[in-house]
Amino acid sequence: MSPDELKEYKGLWVFIEQRNGNPVRVSLELLGKGRTLADQLDVDVTAILVGEGVSGIPEELIYYGADRVIIADDPIARDYRTEVYADIIVEQVLREKPEILLIGATCIGRDLAPRISARLETGCTADCTELHIDKEMRLIVAAKPFFGRNLMADFICPFRRPQMATVRPGVMELKAQDRKRKGKLICVDLNLKEEDIRVTVLETVRSAPDGTSLEEADKVVVGGMGLGDVKGFEMLKELADLLRAKVGATSLPVDAGWISKDYQVGQTGKAIRPRLYIGCGVSGAIQHSAGMIHSELIVAININPKADIFNFADYGIIGDVNEIVPALIKELHEMNPKI
Amino acid sequence: MDMVVCIKQVPETTDIGWDPQTGSLIREGVPGILNPNDKNALEAALDLREKHGGLITALSMGPPQAEEALREALSMGIDRGILLSDSLFAGADTLSTSYTLGLALEKIARFDLILCGKESSDGMTAQVGPQLAELLNLPQLTCAIEITVNRSAVKIKQKLEDGFRILETCLPALITVEREINRPRIPAMDSIIEAYRDKKVQVWAGADIGCHTEHLGLKGSPTRSRKVYRKKVKRGEVTILEGEPDEAAKELIQILKQKGLL
Repeated sequence: MSPDELKEYKGLWVFIEQRNGNPVRVSLELLGKGRTLADQLDVDVTAILVGEGVSGIPEELIYYGADRVIIADDPIARDYRTEVYADIIVEQVLREKPEILLIGATCIGRDLAPRISARLETGCTADCTELHIDKEMRLIVAAKPFFGRNLMADFICPFRRPQMATVRPGVMELKAQDRKRKGKLICVDLNLKEEDIRVTVLETVRSAPDGTSLEEADKVVVGGMGLGDVKGFEMLKELADLLRAKVGATSLPVDAGWISKDYQVGQTGKAIRPRLYIGCGVSGAIQHSAGMIHSELIVAININPKADIFNFADYGIIGDVNEIVPALIKELHEMNPKI
Repeated sequence: MDMVVCIKQVPETTDIGWDPQTGSLIREGVPGILNPNDKNALEAALDLREKHGGLITALSMGPPQAEEALREALSMGIDRGILLSDSLFAGADTLSTSYTLGLALEKIARFDLILCGKESSDGMTAQVGPQLAELLNLPQLTCAIEITVNRSAVKIKQKLEDGFRILETCLPALITVEREINRPRIPAMDSIIEAYRDKKVQVWAGADIGCHTEHLGLKGSPTRSRKVYRKKVKRGEVTILEGEPDEAAKELIQILKQKGLL
């Protein structure tokens, strides 16, 4: 695009993913982050909401930071389907020309974003963990841990618009709602026909959200290679139960088959921001820390005093996890013999 | 049912250099392996061939040494390999890679299904599958953990973070697969020998697929890595709890208690 064409693109958009009429958390996290970034560029934040029967959501989006909400409410958009959602979003983007489009890096977001970016022939940085604005260049810089242990890479999209990024759930703070905020609602009509849509959703099964997933846990006890073997996780589970915490793991024990991938925290696993994080035999490579660095209180137990985790832990115990964790378990039992 | 499986050679090691000028990884001279997730796509194709017949082509883009990844695919039982290799392709981001693969697929022309691993172990973007589907105007079914084909219809079980969906579409289509869809076979020695001795890997350059150079490689890539850096995460000073294990444990429990975390 020529410099003049680039200048036609203004504003920051956030795609709002919803499930059964409820926005997913990462979309709200992105509204808050988007608000901060848009203020630096002096532009509006637009939330784009697609679905059926989603009319109850828009006010909440404004409270979380949107200035405008574009609503595409239609039976054809009831289930997420790549083609339908891509068609709707691309049409609006071509009409309004936003300079930035952010999408949560959920399963659906990572299915949708590359499809849109290919149609618009623009760049999309996948699964990033940091976003900031280069004011001088008027660019969004999307950073992500990159191939290997302690590397980060900054990505930009200098010559195409909109600049797209998918953002890992949990890495941006969920800002408080501001119920005084006002915004504009824009309803758009769809002219998609069911017979033109090639994919059918035959069944959707989602486990009921009980608020106790790893991502939402208040306390998490994470095991790394320092545990030594698969039995280490049984010990960790005991500690976690006493603390009413969830168990997590770094990538290596998952790769070693000690614990399932559902428990993995980090760039290729889940991002968490609990009130209490305890890392047991965790070295703290960026692959892992990218998914937990925003935890409120970080405790590290590691035998190696030079482990990276001690650079960002609040409290550390230098010692063998297989001695320290049993001592913690014993202490918790003594404190509360009823457990 | 003819299938094309898109595969990638990825660096074996995580200790790799990068070009400070372009921010691109320096892949030359670094030992490569077949991206583990792509083995699942190959295995899925082999499984479908057993049920429905057809020819399977493995397609890869990369430097000449990426032929090794294609040979590995051939030794698993894939029928033929095509390597897209040209210095014009160097530095491609996901969109430019998809564009190049797309042209090769247009040249291959005869296929009912394209299979890809969900993501590579180096870039981990999971973008090439969907971008390729868009450029070829095909329906995409991503994150498959089961695939069934019934005449011209294909159905997958799609993995979600907290559940799954069953999706259906008509062939031709593009499917990306998860690691857990299957356990890729380990080739027997005679099939490895056969893969090197009897099977062919064609090499296509830019001119063979008729591409516009402005869409290729770094030039055709809308995203740029501006900076690659080592990051030391730091947040204030750490307080080390000293003493014997039970003393340190006791102290930590006291701290958690004071902070209302018990």
